[in-house]
Amino acid sequence: MKRIPVSLNINGRDYDVFVWPWQSLLNAIRDEVNLTGCKEGCGNGNCGSCTILVNGYTIDSCLMLAVEGIGKQITTIEGMANGTDLHPLQKSFIKYAALQCGICTPGFLMSAKHLLDGNPKPTEHEIRAGIAGNLCRCTGYDKIVRAIQAVANGEQFD
Amino acid sequence: MQTYEFTSPMTLDNVKKLLSGSTKSIRPLAGGTDLIDQLRVDRRTADIVMDIKNINELNQLDYTNGTLNLGAAVSCTTVRKFQPIIDNYPALAESAGLVGSVQIQNRASIGGNVCNAAPSADTIPSLLIYSAIGVVIGPDGERKIPLENFFTGPSSTVLNPNEILVSIIIPPPPENSTSHYLRFIPREEMDIAVAGVGTMIAIDPATRQCVQARIALSAVSAIPKRATEAESILEGNVINEDLITEAGAKASIECTPIDDIRGTIEYRKELVKVLTRRTIRKCIEILN
Repeated sequence: MKRIPVSLNINGRDYDVFVWPWQSLLNAIRDEVNLTGCKEGCGNGNCGSCTILVNGYTIDSCLMLAVEGIGKQITTIEGMANGTDLHPLQKSFIKYAALQCGICTPGFLMSAKHLLDGNPKPTEHEIRAGIAGNLCRCTGYDKIVRAIQAVANGEQFD
Repeated sequence: MQTYEFTSPMTLDNVKKLLSGSTKSIRPLAGGTDLIDQLRVDRRTADIVMDIKNINELNQLDYTNGTLNLGAAVSCTTVRKFQPIIDNYPALAESAGLVGSVQIQNRASIGGNVCNAAPSADTIPSLLIYSAIGVVIGPDGERKIPLENFFTGPSSTVLNPNEILVSIIIPPPPENSTSHYLRFIPREEMDIAVAGVGTMIAIDPATRQCVQARIALSAVSAIPKRATEAESILEGNVINEDLITEAGAKASIECTPIDDIRGTIEYRKELVKVLTRRTIRKCIEILN
């Protein structure tokens, strides 16, 4: 069997790489494109650390094939900041110390962005439901919830 | 770890050609949230994975003449937000919103949930209570299979290896009806049902009698199925608290759960009793 040439549009840029038919999008982004922001945790759709946006929707990139990514708009954590200016959610996670080891953080930020894009003023319950597909084993969830809530409340971080 | 080829046909005709011309095993890929992991851990096998998401018929979603046509690749997120489903088949919208996480719902399809045929699949009771029909194609053409006859055991269906589910037809809901799906999991989100109950109740607004009752259970037998004896306790009667209790007890007797990591037989039977009562009460509350 041969590797397949694919063009992946990630964070607005096209990357031409070769992938195996069974290779996950996560694996292609990390090992072929060399964007290592999205992480592999469980590798089966439970932990959400590989969460990325595909056409604006969060997905677990471990459960999507790289070949399915052709023609899609893919956003990873590397595409979240505007140059060196961090996204408000990133600033808020720092301010509220919503991370410790950091492995889950890119996934949480993607889920939080997707949540606020669709529901700019979520309740605490809606925030918790929105990030239920992301597991954190360090902080517990309160700091993460507070960090998301702060952005929803329009807090300024500069 | 399986290795496989990948193909992505653009039309149903190409799918038929692929399915009839090949001696290799072909598996359709919709959201992939079950299949990709199952292939990775050797729980299912495939020579070719066929992405069916680019085919129009698999993406149809329309509610015309009171009938819902739901393409097999339509995502849970799309289903749970589609207003005609929320209005006419509320249990289906509710259960689509319970499958996995947001990330999973953005990819997973109702058709995939059906074909994966997990006994605990959340969306299946909501389809059974509305007598949903699966539209299947293979080399010999199309056949329509009531979902009630679709499942043959855990992870297995009546589909032949060279057939795929194209869409699900859901007939019009009865007049003056509503539905509700509840499942029990030990935490608030992101778990597999220990037991699930979908209930549809239709009443005669003049007499308040129950004209039609449908109760379907998940995670408490080898296949998702209806609790027909519990249904018949309600039909023809004005539903009161005594009948609700009786129907819950009957559903609990009708189901045949197993002991496993998620719960014991005894616990699951108790859950069916409670969830059946709660879903009926909720329907009555809405209809009143």
